[in-house]
Amino acid sequence: MKKTEEKTTGQSEVKKANGMKRRSFVKLLGGGVLIFFKPWNAVDLLAMPQQQRRSLTKDYNAFLHIAADGTVACYTGKIEMGQGIITGLAMMMADELNVPFEKVKMVMGDTELCPYDAGTWGSQSTQTFGPAMRAAAAEAKAVLLEMASARLGVPVSGLEVKDGVISDTSDPKKSVTYADLVQGRKIEKYLDVKPAPEDYTKFTCVGKPRNRVDAYEKVTGRAKYTGDLKIPGMVFARILRPPSHGAKLASVDISAAEKIQGIQVVRDGDFIAVTAENKDKVDEAIVKIKAEYTFNELPVNDKTVYDWMVKADSRASVVREGGNLEAGKSRSEKVFESEYHDPYVAHAPIEPHTALAHLEDGKMNVWASTQSPFGLQDAIVNELKMTRETVRVRTPFLGGGFGGKAAYQQGVEAAKLAKLTGKPVMLVWTRDEEFFYDTFHTANVIKVRSGVDKSGMITFWDYHVWFAGTRGAEIIYEVPDFKTTSYSENRSAFQVHPFGTGPWRAPNNNSNTFAREVQIDIMASAAGIDPLEFRLKNLKDEKMIACLKSVADKFGYVPAKTPSRRGIGIACGHDAGTWIAEIAQVEVDAGTGKVRVLRVACSQDMGLCVNPEGALIQMEGCISMALGYTFSEEVHFEGGNILDRGFDTYQIPRMSWLPKIDCVILDRKDKPPKGGGEPSIIAVGAAVANAIHDATGARLYRTPMTPDRVLEALKR
Amino acid sequence: MEETISFTLNGKKTVLKTDPSQTLIWVLRNELGLTGTKWGCGTGFCGACTVLIDDEPSRSCQMPVSDIAGKKVVTIEGLEKNGKLHPVQQAFVDHDALQCGFCTPGMVLTTVGFLKKNPSPTRQEIIEALDENLCRCTAHVRIIDAVTDAAKAMKGGK
Repeated sequence: MKKTEEKTTGQSEVKKANGMKRRSFVKLLGGGVLIFFKPWNAVDLLAMPQQQRRSLTKDYNAFLHIAADGTVACYTGKIEMGQGIITGLAMMMADELNVPFEKVKMVMGDTELCPYDAGTWGSQSTQTFGPAMRAAAAEAKAVLLEMASARLGVPVSGLEVKDGVISDTSDPKKSVTYADLVQGRKIEKYLDVKPAPEDYTKFTCVGKPRNRVDAYEKVTGRAKYTGDLKIPGMVFARILRPPSHGAKLASVDISAAEKIQGIQVVRDGDFIAVTAENKDKVDEAIVKIKAEYTFNELPVNDKTVYDWMVKADSRASVVREGGNLEAGKSRSEKVFESEYHDPYVAHAPIEPHTALAHLEDGKMNVWASTQSPFGLQDAIVNELKMTRETVRVRTPFLGGGFGGKAAYQQGVEAAKLAKLTGKPVMLVWTRDEEFFYDTFHTANVIKVRSGVDKSGMITFWDYHVWFAGTRGAEIIYEVPDFKTTSYSENRSAFQVHPFGTGPWRAPNNNSNTFAREVQIDIMASAAGIDPLEFRLKNLKDEKMIACLKSVADKFGYVPAKTPSRRGIGIACGHDAGTWIAEIAQVEVDAGTGKVRVLRVACSQDMGLCVNPEGALIQMEGCISMALGYTFSEEVHFEGGNILDRGFDTYQIPRMSWLPKIDCVILDRKDKPPKGGGEPSIIAVGAAVANAIHDATGARLYRTPMTPDRVLEALKR
Repeated sequence: MEETISFTLNGKKTVLKTDPSQTLIWVLRNELGLTGTKWGCGTGFCGACTVLIDDEPSRSCQMPVSDIAGKKVVTIEGLEKNGKLHPVQQAFVDHDALQCGFCTPGMVLTTVGFLKKNPSPTRQEIIEALDENLCRCTAHVRIIDAVTDAAKAMKGGK
């Protein structure tokens, strides 16, 4: 169903459509063509943290605007954090509206200019938002064609559009530009149609590699991140932090800090901060505050956490089930039982959480590095008892997110400080705070029991996952008797995590893919079948089969039983609607336990590939970033005390770790686009673990595979 | 206690009256408005704050501003000349050798300093030169390719 209303210039009141309120951003825009659309579906809602969900069903969450100067702008609450949607989404718009790419502008992450969006995560921007945006663009084009038809006296069927100019196909001199058409007009349409797949043969922009639009700004230092902003009278702040999570302030002495010239100490109960115009002074002052704490910590650390989690009073739910496990087991020639462990992992973006807040004439203006500007807006409204109309959040460029900036504590803190001091406050978390308050990828335990019959077919699959959710937890192979059980936190009965946890690039799929694909490798090896052949034999999923075959081709894979001593490992899976298969080759130093990845090949089916350049960058990035959780990244802790608080002990991938990377994108132009920011990170850990086994015969059941753990496995 | 510090900043004589104990990065960002120099960890590990001091890539978060008296400082803002990108910047653009871009100024300046010393580096030498600069988006492959191309382009320009 499509609702349309047309308004002419000069009318200030616009009739409410679908319960939608007239909003400030529409007033700010003046004339032009406005198409409102709803990019939501059920998947988005599930991916969204509960407390951040707003009522979405009656609302329009984005709109497209064709301005009187011919500029096409898409206003969205999504944000750019390096993933490249600022380029990819603009390409989709340029194609649909037949305007030059340069004429398209993305206006992102401003709670006042952009309609509501819960946040940027889950590889949703291109696959969910993109098609809806494109449908809106198609609608805008239809409106413009009708206007041109009236203006030129030519039926719509006799018109064509090129570079924002509509002309008569039989008399090209008879033409009018988008800009001329919208001049002095105001047209609003509310689009309720479901986007239809596009005709890829007509794309001129989509499908062709395009470099990032933000590269020039970023290589010259012109790109503005939150910390680069400055308001007259701005002060920097540091907040007094407890030594560990769960610690309570018992006593405090601020006298020494107060004596420092230029320092203002701010206090609101246990919330204590220092501010000054000089950043070095706040760093000097904060350590002069003497504070004592009482501790009430959970008796758990990074070594005991796995037992702790399995014993926790958790909620069990059966994700999927089929056949009969006992029947499957009785048909088995061999049965395998394994337990896999995965630790807490930090996001560690190079830009720490940063926010600038200024309360002026009752209005709180906040700029913050967050993946959820609207979530932050709501949090400030709640914390400071304000209204949505009086809180505006803007998101400049983000210096990385990876899920970690779905959390926005720093924005609330900066707003609170702005209110307490009456000054604009810049809060830049230290690296220590960044680690301490990170919402880590959660540690997890996965136990798998499975079997194979004489012919190498998987007979049953009994999969139990503690605290790694369900993403990637389903068996992708054809198994007659299977069950997946997921155990999740039951906060009312038992607190499992001593600190914050949250989504980390491809949330939990790395863990589930690791357990599944290592278990598959164990069975293939025991059955004496080449691991690629074993997978193909047990798969019916055509996309998975195609990815495996193409990655084997790219790698130049020669079948062999494992361990073949060649150091080659395979793994596959799917995430965010995209299918991937990876092959890794490693070299293991048996003396030191150090593993070096020589090569990774990856094949990916992501449906229509909007920007092959952008997709390739994301694949390379996923593979390189995965080396961190594979080899080094693990948050050590004792109770609520985070022991890794810097890049000295928490090692992230470096140049010298890089393997040769070969990527293949199986471009399915006739299929809708799927997620590209996360999928190829999921299988690297398993491919490397399987490669280590292939090289040495040693089996690793946990990440990260540090030299010590490799040595230990070699000794077993 | 304020002091007067004279130095060359991006080719221009600069005289600054400031607290000499401040770290260079905050003077650049907060007093001189050169926010291209990024603050990533404050402990010298990540390299986002790298600037050139007398052509040597240096961590500006680890240096009191008094240390630069009489020296030549180049920040990311000082590389573009007459609207033309430095060959290293251009190579980063051409190779899409960045994602979020937060480590980029440090990567570019480390590269500029490195290529001054070693205009014809091997791939291994490039890796070693940039190994202490962290990039979390992991654009590493492209950064190495960009540096390789920049080295070629700069020799061609001589």
